[in-house]
Amino acid sequence: MSDKIIKKEELTNILKALKETYEVIAPVKENGFYSFKPFKDGGNIDLNFTNTRLSPKSLLFPQSERIFEFNLDEKSKDGYIVKEHPKDYPPSVIVGIRPCDAKAFKLVNINFDNPEFKDPWWVKRMEAMTFIGLGCNEPSSTCFCTSVGCGPFNEESLDVMLFDLEEYFLVRALTEKGEKLLKQGRVDKDVDEGLQKKADELRIKAEKKISSSVPTDKLKEKKINDLFNAPFWDDVAFACINCGTCTFLCPTCWCFDIQDEVTKTVGDRIRNWDSCMFPLFTLHASGHNPRPEKVQRVRQRFMHKLNYYVDKYNTGVACVGCGRCVKYCPVNVDIREVFSLMNGL
Amino acid sequence: MIRYGDTIREIAKKILEEKTVDLIIGFKKGTLPITTEPVLIKDTQNSDQLYWDSFCNMNLANYLPKRGEKIGIIAKGCDSRNIAVHIVENQIKREQLYIIGVPCKGMIDRRKIVSFLGGKEVREVTESDEDITIKGEGFEHTLKKNDYLQNNCSTCMHRNPVIYDAIVGDLVEERKDPDPYDDVKEIEGIGLEERWESFSDLIKDCIRCYACRNACPLCYCPTCFVDESGPQWVGKSIDPTDTMTFHILRAYHCTGRCTDCGACQQACPMDINVKTFTRKLNKDVLDLYGCEAGLSIEERPPLDTYKPDDYDKFIR
Ligand code: SF4
Ligand code: SF4
Ligand code: SF4
Ligand code: SF4
Ligand code: SF4
Repeated sequence: MSDKIIKKEELTNILKALKETYEVIAPVKENGFYSFKPFKDGGNIDLNFTNTRLSPKSLLFPQSERIFEFNLDEKSKDGYIVKEHPKDYPPSVIVGIRPCDAKAFKLVNINFDNPEFKDPWWVKRMEAMTFIGLGCNEPSSTCFCTSVGCGPFNEESLDVMLFDLEEYFLVRALTEKGEKLLKQGRVDKDVDEGLQKKADELRIKAEKKISSSVPTDKLKEKKINDLFNAPFWDDVAFACINCGTCTFLCPTCWCFDIQDEVTKTVGDRIRNWDSCMFPLFTLHASGHNPRPEKVQRVRQRFMHKLNYYVDKYNTGVACVGCGRCVKYCPVNVDIREVFSLMNGL
Repeated sequence: MIRYGDTIREIAKKILEEKTVDLIIGFKKGTLPITTEPVLIKDTQNSDQLYWDSFCNMNLANYLPKRGEKIGIIAKGCDSRNIAVHIVENQIKREQLYIIGVPCKGMIDRRKIVSFLGGKEVREVTESDEDITIKGEGFEHTLKKNDYLQNNCSTCMHRNPVIYDAIVGDLVEERKDPDPYDDVKEIEGIGLEERWESFSDLIKDCIRCYACRNACPLCYCPTCFVDESGPQWVGKSIDPTDTMTFHILRAYHCTGRCTDCGACQQACPMDINVKTFTRKLNKDVLDLYGCEAGLSIEERPPLDTYKPDDYDKFIR
């Protein structure tokens, strides 16, 4: 399918048309920051953002999710039976997702959908989801996507890409899913050569605008023990207050904890985001904690992203360079500096 | 204020050289404009990293508990009060500390700058005594610092450190403003249901990352009640009831101990003003007992003392 063109003001109507078939999710500004929320006909969508505060990961991997329900009343007919909590997986579309956040979904997919394990809820949501990306004309000073295998117009994890050309969007279908969606939304006007060229220039210009970068070339050859025992961890960890900000905001952090919550005789099994920054994350039932100190927890976060993941999957680092952890860490622990330390050891 | 940096570095060098202390806890310049990073300095080669400007918002007293060394620590008014709280609560000994006091003119609220810029990014920042100049792509603004202070700093009545061993500049004049609690009174003035609604609204975006708790020097318990797993006092999901339980209990644990330093609010990634809860309790403790936290290292905290002539009968 060749590239299409729409006028900017047409977008709302296209999304309204899509709403007949899809749940439409779009960036919305509320309380001073952006997040992905259901699109309303009134047009709450606001594409004037650099990055949403929270990544869109909760759309496929909610912070708290009821997964099973059970009944502890022996006399009841379903006593002691664990049942899957019923859910819908309607076809959905995320509009305006940034290329880094889309790439993060692909990266996390390795964890939730692989030959060994399939997380049914993730897999079903992923199947139902279509990703309409929005290229980043104005990357932020904390974006370092181009040095971790992504980029402001990276197409690899998207179904459709939008190029913001002032009055127009150039619309590029990248997968069959994307083509189907454009047909549904009746996006069919071919782009002319001039605008096509403008889009290409836009991409090149945006890539040049990325002012921040991290070294990764030597990470692959590093030995786990050398990094684990490196002399810099105390300094890296000193300021850290061991909160969940960096991991909860991160689009690639996938860790969770499972909790049972019971009221009288009925209960729910709930899956909640967890974070390697929390002491409880590794606390054993015996009371022993293999990562009792902050420095060990801080090391885990960086080792996982820049060493274990790299070694295990051979697809690069577990970071897409979105810069959220850099911007929102309350004490300025900056992963870009840790990249340099680890790569340079 | 920015000039304090030279004096801080000078004092730090001297006390490290003379082995008055084993290490210094201070701030270094951040990797982004309008941010700083708490840092631990062990030798004079590194003491030049110490830095000061109006974005040293975190409370360094948070880094003291459980340390055994002799420590030099940089302290604004509020940090010094939290150090005093630590001393009274036996988290650190006065003899272990060499407190480098900073007469504080208030810290700037990064969020107020960000919201003023409405999406544009600060690339460079410079400050003078009264003003701050921020630059970015295609803009430059000079702003009055006083208009962009953290809320707690604009009402702070204890800007000078309450205990110190050295001071980095002349003491500043303390405010005489009679009443810093307008915001609390506003909430006290509304009906019960509305109040509950306003608290629920306040924390509706909370992701339970616990940055507020962890940034707070008062939260030094080996295991926080929300992290207990046997028994488990509170659910761990983002169910509003559990989130509210966390906030209300955390606030109550800070009663009579909170210095309104603002670290909790500054740390929150979701821009939630968690201080709304503790400020009400600060006001109550002031009204009921005439106490403010951390003003002395001799006096026990109000909720930890017993007086035979207490006016309440049930306790006598
Ligand atoms: S690195 Fe920053 S955001 Fe992450 S846990 Fe530490 S203090 Fe919190
Ligand atoms: S580690 Fe930081 S920069 Fe990398 S993907 Fe996560 S939040 Fe973004
Ligand atoms: S171990 Fe830590 S860094 Fe790795 S995915 Fe889990 S929370 Fe994120
Ligand atoms: S509750 Fe907040 S304002 Fe009070 S001492 Fe703790 S961090 Fe400071
Ligand atoms: S820092 Fe903010 S988001 Fe995190 S737990 Fe506290 S109030 Fe909630």
